[in-house]
Amino acid sequence: MLEYIVRRLGLMVPTAFLVTVGVFLLIHLTPGDPATVILAESYTPEAAAQIHKDLGLDRPLPQQYALYLGRLLHGDLGRSVRNKLPVTQAIGERFPATLELGIAALLWSLLIAIPMGTLAALRRGRVLDVVASGLTVAGISVPNFVVGIMLILFFGLVLRVLPVGGFTALTESVPDNLSRLVMPAIALGTFGAASNMRFTRSSMIEVLNQDYIRTARAKGAGWWRVVNRHALKNALIPVVTIVGLQVGGILEGALVTETVFSWPGVGKLAVESIFAKDFPVVQGIVLMAALSFMLANLLVDLVYAWLDPRISYS
Amino acid sequence: MSTAAPTFIPAEEQIPALGEQQPAGLRRLLLDHPRILVGLLLLAILAVVALLAPWISPHNPIAVDADNARLPPGAGHLLGTDELGRDVLSRVFWGGRISLPVAFVAVGVGLVAGGLTGVLAGYRGGVTDLLLMRLVDAILAFPALILAIALVAALGPSLRNAMIAIGIVQIPVYARLTRAQVLQLKSLDFVTAARALGASPARIIGRHMLPNLLNPLIVQVSLSAAFGMLAEATLSFLGLSAPPPTPDWGFMISTGQSFLVNGDWWMAAGPGAAICLAVFGFNWLGDSLRDALDPRLHR
Repeated sequence: MLEYIVRRLGLMVPTAFLVTVGVFLLIHLTPGDPATVILAESYTPEAAAQIHKDLGLDRPLPQQYALYLGRLLHGDLGRSVRNKLPVTQAIGERFPATLELGIAALLWSLLIAIPMGTLAALRRGRVLDVVASGLTVAGISVPNFVVGIMLILFFGLVLRVLPVGGFTALTESVPDNLSRLVMPAIALGTFGAASNMRFTRSSMIEVLNQDYIRTARAKGAGWWRVVNRHALKNALIPVVTIVGLQVGGILEGALVTETVFSWPGVGKLAVESIFAKDFPVVQGIVLMAALSFMLANLLVDLVYAWLDPRISYS
Repeated sequence: MSTAAPTFIPAEEQIPALGEQQPAGLRRLLLDHPRILVGLLLLAILAVVALLAPWISPHNPIAVDADNARLPPGAGHLLGTDELGRDVLSRVFWGGRISLPVAFVAVGVGLVAGGLTGVLAGYRGGVTDLLLMRLVDAILAFPALILAIALVAALGPSLRNAMIAIGIVQIPVYARLTRAQVLQLKSLDFVTAARALGASPARIIGRHMLPNLLNPLIVQVSLSAAFGMLAEATLSFLGLSAPPPTPDWGFMISTGQSFLVNGDWWMAAGPGAAICLAVFGFNWLGDSLRDALDPRLHR
């Protein structure tokens, strides 16, 4: 197992290297001089020269990259063009809000997906299954900002039971924090709920066809006991992978959901920074997103191997 | 393991061997799998509405009419009017002329670039394969939508750049799909036979491998068109796609959201429904095509 972990980490190195090259090159994709784009109306040659110096754009490209990588290895992602804050600090301040939203969205998606997916598998081909399958395709087809707007309309404006947006820190008021969390979490988690449900269903169907399920039934174990004790545990193993892969989906969705609900997380910071042409912050967020996505994929493989003893990674 | 006694496999569980198969006839396919027809029909309706938008739209989609701003749905304006008095229904019709082609062009970019990468990597193997696939892995290391957004942010917001960005992030899925298929096909007898007869690589790939690649690619095209529509809607919702006053579904929803608090729900409702229908159509089609074309699912 240890050998496998080391090998996987080793394989990540070239990919991570290419990822840093890609993120570094982002700013150079800008047509023309990035300083002109960043400064827009307030352009003066002096200000442009200062930006060139701050971002290191006055040096040759390979040297720029070497500097970038060197600073990166020291945990330095540069400074925001807007407010001169270190990028790591800017992201760090916003991260707890995104983490809270992401966990809530994940919990919501599992809460819906596992019971519904199991039921659909048990009622395979029946009305409930057909309805559930239709719902899953619908769930992955509705953009999360449309879900968010529908929730705002019904629960925030028609029924007036939930606040339409904003954020209160958990340390300030727990009920207020939670009431503002409900709608963004549902909006962000719906896509995952639908794909998890589809996955739970097919995994459950596969397990229910196994011999040991028939054996357990033949030995007189009750239906519920078989489903709960024998089938579900094994059916959920592949679901773990999908949950891990959803880390990427949550990062993507956070961008939009946080904008819709004025949730002050990393996603909203990304959108604000894009419009402010704050390239160092955008680059920092994209890099963090890619690295956490890679790490999540690795963790999934490890957890998978640990959960299912049949899989060996020699 | 190779000494295992021959086991009996029921005929219906045998996976059909890959061979010189041709794509199933369209008529047969539709008769056996009516779900495909539902998806096709839905998409056809959307495409026809978008095509005929100039003739069937009740109003000019960009004509500002301040006297009739924010009218609720009713006679004259079936889906109401927006904050500048423009007819929402007409803008939804015209919006299809933006969103549907974007999805197709983006998928085209991903299909051609990714497909060629996959064929090259799979067929050549060795160092070519190693280098190309590391590049693909690097693209895959980014969450797709975040990469698309970052690319558009760098290239500058425009419809063209949105299409390029959404296309680029689709390269990995096509590259991996075609590579896996080509690797599998390469070792099959009919390919060896073709090579022994002196067929050029181009002929082997084009004449003998391509027909076998079509089925999985058709399924993927449909599913990634759904992704393309969602991605374009997201980009335009964030204001990173076509500039105003272009009628673009995502951007219409984002404008509509700011008028929700006044109770003007209709400005976001029309384009929201249109996006959902289109994405649903592609997902449904892809799903039902996979059921029909993927031999592994025939149990």
